[in-house]
Amino acid sequence: MKETSVVDLHDAVVLLGSFPALAEATLTIERGELVVVHGANGAGKTTLLRLCAGLLPLARGSARVMGHDVSIDRAAVRASVGFLGHANGLYLDLSAGENLAFWGDVVGASRQEVDAAATRMGLTDRLLATPVSRLSAGQKRRTALAVMAVRRATLWLLDEPHAGLDATGRDEIDALLRDAVAAGATVIVASHELERSAALATRRIEVVGGRISEAGGRP
Amino acid sequence: MTMSRIIAVARAVASKDLRIEWRSRVMTNQVLPFAAIVMVLFAFALDNDGILQRVAPGLVWMATLFTSLVVVQRSFAVEAADSAIDALRLAGVPAQGVYLGKVAALVVQLVVFEAVLAVLALILYRVNVDVHGAVLLVTTCILASLGIAALAAVYGGLSVVGRGRETLLPLLLLPAVAPVLIGATRATESAFGSDGARVVEGWPWVGLLAVFGAIFLFGGTLGFGPLTDE
Repeated sequence: MKETSVVDLHDAVVLLGSFPALAEATLTIERGELVVVHGANGAGKTTLLRLCAGLLPLARGSARVMGHDVSIDRAAVRASVGFLGHANGLYLDLSAGENLAFWGDVVGASRQEVDAAATRMGLTDRLLATPVSRLSAGQKRRTALAVMAVRRATLWLLDEPHAGLDATGRDEIDALLRDAVAAGATVIVASHELERSAALATRRIEVVGGRISEAGGRP
Repeated sequence: MTMSRIIAVARAVASKDLRIEWRSRVMTNQVLPFAAIVMVLFAFALDNDGILQRVAPGLVWMATLFTSLVVVQRSFAVEAADSAIDALRLAGVPAQGVYLGKVAALVVQLVVFEAVLAVLALILYRVNVDVHGAVLLVTTCILASLGIAALAAVYGGLSVVGRGRETLLPLLLLPAVAPVLIGATRATESAFGSDGARVVEGWPWVGLLAVFGAIFLFGGTLGFGPLTDE
């Protein structure tokens, strides 16, 4: 394994019940890549992300994330990984700013770090003061991404981050992901929107029947 | 995992929970009236002053238990609404801190409810409490709340990650909290002077509540993370 590898899977097998949702998957992702994972529904995209987040047990093979074995040191993996699924993980009764402040308190981030994350994600004072329940889908997504930044996640795992967003919201998310990579994060996005991801990705991979292959190659 | 990190997380979770409840007004506008209605219905059902005064302690704590189910469900519903509790778990936030924060917020809310229920008992059931009885009653409320909250936070967390959330919590919580119900009722009987009970007879039950609270809190602190993890 290269010293800089963020994700390093070798013949990884993940079983959901007796079904191999990931079948002898081999994948290496380096720091600073923005990888888009394609595949049909049920192909294994979410399973791949959840394995990288230390949420699923490995049946066979090996899987290391940020240098930590996901089978042994899940806590260390989770501490450095941000996972954004279909839900945003926010408190709907609190404002966006209060959500960020809460996460800042929980992870021990400074007020400056919280403010910087809000600025980076384009959360204005008006948005920060608005209850999350009254934000648009795109604004909620931006708030959730700001939480990831506050958490100092170095590997961002996003499952269909564009779902439910209009064109403007999708463009905003793409810009934020590029910014995150520019700031040193590594991003893996699961998506089945080929056109959009082609423009976004520095690398594309495809999951078919639990197996991983390069779809568009590296730049 | 340092103790200061756990305390910082607990403080953040507790203050977040109390802020949400204060802002949403669900507790004051819905749960408190529900508790008051339960107390009034008990008074209607047992329409006899003698019986009411004798069973008032049990009624107060039964009403507290019913109310606590609503409070706990509400406390974990805000975590489940947008999968915030999953985000906490996935972020590697110390589960002990999350648990202790939930317990602290629940204790504060339960003590407020119990104060209201006790006042209602004084008015509706015509029980009398002297100064010594009031001290016993306050101590009982705090320790019983701790015991209920320490158990409820574990089961509330389990009900969020399990199936059948709404029905799972009462099934799990009510049988397990029976020792607290018994201890709190006996101590409150002494505080109210029900059936000629003296205040001094209530303190051993308070000791028992303290032991239950400590055991439940210790077990919950250790078990909350593994039980609520995937």
